[in-house]
Amino acid sequence: MTDATAGTDQTTTGSPATTDAKGGMIAADGTPLKKSLSRALRRQKMRALLLIAPLLLFVLVTFIAPIADMLFRSVENQIVRETLPRTVAALSDYDAGGDELPGDAVFEAAYYDVFFAAERKLHTRLGSRLNYEQTGASSLFRKSGRGIDDIGEVYQDQFEDLDERWDEARPWAELMGDPEWIAAQDAWSEDDGAMPPFELRDGIRDVLPRTAMAYETFARFMQTEEEDSPLEEEPWTVVHTALYQDISENGVAGYSGPGADRLQAVEALIASPDFETIRFQDGFEEIDEDWVDPEIWKTIKTYSPPYTSGYFLNAVDAQKTADGPALRDEDERIYGLLFKRTLFMSMVITISCILLAYPIAYLLSNLPMRTANLLMILVLLPFWTSLLVRTSAWKVMLQQQGVINDVLVWLGLVGDADRLVMINNQFGTIVAMTHILLPFMILPMYSVMSTIPPSYVRAAKSLGATNWTTFWRVYFPQSVPGIGAGSILVFILAIGYYITPEIVGGTTGTFISNRIAYHISSSLNWGLAAALGAILLAAVLILYWAYDRIVGIDNVKLGG
Amino acid sequence: MGDAILTPIEKKPASFTASVVGAFGAFAGIFVGAANGSTLLGIVAGFVILAGLAYLAMEVLDESQEKMVRWGLIGLMGVAGFVLGGLPGLVVGLLFGWFFGWLIYWVGEGRYRAHLVPYLTPGQVLWHYTFRVICGAIFVFLITPILVVMPLSFNAEDFFTFTPEMLRFDPEGYSLKHYRDFLQSDDWQQALRNSLIIAPLATLLSVSFGTLAAIGLSQPHVPYRRAIMAILISPMIVPLIISAAGMYFFYSRIGLQGTYLGVVLAHAALGIPFVIITVTATLVGFDRSLTRAAANMGADPVTTFFRVQMPLILPGVISGGLFAFITSFDEVVVVIFVGSANQQTLPWQMFTGLREQISPTILAVATILVGISIALLATVEMLRRRSERLRGMSPG
Repeated sequence: MTDATAGTDQTTTGSPATTDAKGGMIAADGTPLKKSLSRALRRQKMRALLLIAPLLLFVLVTFIAPIADMLFRSVENQIVRETLPRTVAALSDYDAGGDELPGDAVFEAAYYDVFFAAERKLHTRLGSRLNYEQTGASSLFRKSGRGIDDIGEVYQDQFEDLDERWDEARPWAELMGDPEWIAAQDAWSEDDGAMPPFELRDGIRDVLPRTAMAYETFARFMQTEEEDSPLEEEPWTVVHTALYQDISENGVAGYSGPGADRLQAVEALIASPDFETIRFQDGFEEIDEDWVDPEIWKTIKTYSPPYTSGYFLNAVDAQKTADGPALRDEDERIYGLLFKRTLFMSMVITISCILLAYPIAYLLSNLPMRTANLLMILVLLPFWTSLLVRTSAWKVMLQQQGVINDVLVWLGLVGDADRLVMINNQFGTIVAMTHILLPFMILPMYSVMSTIPPSYVRAAKSLGATNWTTFWRVYFPQSVPGIGAGSILVFILAIGYYITPEIVGGTTGTFISNRIAYHISSSLNWGLAAALGAILLAAVLILYWAYDRIVGIDNVKLGG
Repeated sequence: MGDAILTPIEKKPASFTASVVGAFGAFAGIFVGAANGSTLLGIVAGFVILAGLAYLAMEVLDESQEKMVRWGLIGLMGVAGFVLGGLPGLVVGLLFGWFFGWLIYWVGEGRYRAHLVPYLTPGQVLWHYTFRVICGAIFVFLITPILVVMPLSFNAEDFFTFTPEMLRFDPEGYSLKHYRDFLQSDDWQQALRNSLIIAPLATLLSVSFGTLAAIGLSQPHVPYRRAIMAILISPMIVPLIISAAGMYFFYSRIGLQGTYLGVVLAHAALGIPFVIITVTATLVGFDRSLTRAAANMGADPVTTFFRVQMPLILPGVISGGLFAFITSFDEVVVVIFVGSANQQTLPWQMFTGLREQISPTILAVATILVGISIALLATVEMLRRRSERLRGMSPG
């Protein structure tokens, strides 16, 4: 009701003609003032938002979306589920905690999955994904891609011996395919564009479910990926395996459609004692013994959900096990060390920046304006100079055959034989980064210090304080906001640095960013890179929040 | 204030002058001695010679002969330097001569107190100058790396350090070879072209969007102002490697990875915070009644913007644009990931060169870049002053 009271106050002082029956103010066009005010305000807000909208959209698309994508990648894990759908389903009641191998159903599912994946050339990708969790998975999958045919060939050879037609494209297509589709496919020529999509014959799925599934997959793959007609391509061996499984399980006694005689012949062959079969598990064992080690099945089971915390666990030197997350062995822990090193070195850099920047900022804010402006150029020039120029300058200066070593040798302070090693280690990174980030410390400190009234210092001195007391009890506390602002800024910039540590850091002076870059471009473990990035981002955002609370993001000043 | 107080300047006792100057001499002697074989001898000789010279100048010679003494000292030390170390020695000697000549009279005549308040104790005076020396050393730390690169880029050899010829000021030691390399190498020229295509386009994008948004943000009533500001500033806060990683993943999803458009968009996003910050800062001092006055006189919003508001905030817009330009022009991390070999820019080429240590052409490029940054710095400083002047003129 404050508005109403304001209204009545206005009435007593303003002209009574512009009030309505209830005593509220009325604007010139007859609407209540409150309403027309809020409408004007709304219009103003809309206009402001309209001006901001293009940029906001631009930043959301070009910047925020990539960051969100990265965060998504750090937990995303569709690949196992997509490449091995049947295996994942079959493993659902497998106990990853025990030491037993999964049952035959799982091996059967894995046979089909690995076979199809190998044809699509997806098995190596899955192998490298699982290799991040279990060493050897990559080569295991590559080997399996080559060897998986062996299982089906056992059946293919026997069927072929029985009847040549089991190894020919056309009879298979006539057995499995819809007659109308076969006619359409026959009539198709290259100029017609896309082939008519393969369709199964009515009812074949009920008689030979696995065969139908395997053949359909084959036919579709041929049509879309290879652009070959299934009428001319003999089917994969996986189809023969499926046929054997179907017939041995259900028989084809009740079936009387086309090719019934061939199927019955196969049934008779399977029933004969000479017929050779192979257990899926044995087939896998033949490809690689690792398949009969429960370890790989546990890994597949652990990484089967579509989202995983595995990358984050990796990023903190832990891994998923059947009993939940556990730390890796002592000698495999590298990320904890890297994070600690990044924090430690950023801290050292920040502290050296404070120590070097404080005298400069103090001097600049106490000198007469003209001199201070001149000296400011010495601060701003490095600030404006390309980062790579400064980094290369430090490389030139710090090398063993570099300028500093040459000067020291010339002066005789260091022998020619034992030149100092100042690059490709932590020292190099700290020196170069302190130099590069120093302006970011000086500028905020300077802007705070130049607002400290000199009369306080004089007052303290005239009250009898010594120089030290004056500085420590009067001047320093007033300059602390500048130190805080500069430190957070420098620290934020330092922990995300990549270029300088990469060039002057060697192996001991690198940061977590260098590891992220390595995972993106060399090891291709993007999920882990994203998880490491997410952790770094979280650290930076916390600091940014603190910076906003202490300094206010609006108060960031550039170039003095 | 300092001028109002007359600090008495009086001649110091000879023992004081001689020992102070002698101490400086001993310090210089460390280096001269080390370069010539014996540090200890250098210290002792330095002390004795300079203490003697100081005594001579202060006690034996008259004050009016100062000019002559100082020139004499420069000549003397120059000759001594030449005898000890050839041409570089001559330069060092001349500098020493000039410095010590000044030092003797500065200390001896008590001139060092001239700018200080009279009640300072000797300890405070000492601290005052020590502090200045510390600051000087920090300035040297700041500026040396940039200065060192420049002469090295004229090196006639493929070394990253000063050759003996260069130190002897032998013209043979210098050449424009690395600049020629830069101008004639296809890789570098392609990189330069790429940089000159990408940076202006990115700047244009970020300045046009950024200025509009900054004007929107500085309206009096903006809902969710803090949140919007946080989003717009975020490209500056998020570490580059994270931006690069995210953009690499996302842009390869939508087919922008390895294209000029992708790099330009990425760089524009990185430049936006700088435009926002500088332009909003300029708008803080902008007098809103000017736009109202323009509207009052019948100008439509577009005319008002271009004829009234834009000229006043132009310095801020330009310096924001320069920041955006330098951000894109200097940027390596994002372009390495978002770009492909076709979009190789100047900093990328330098980065590759530095990692693989190919040639000192990098130093020539670095020198050119330092030249560019000096030009940019000068422009920004000029604009800042102009902006302050303009804002001072506008009422309120």
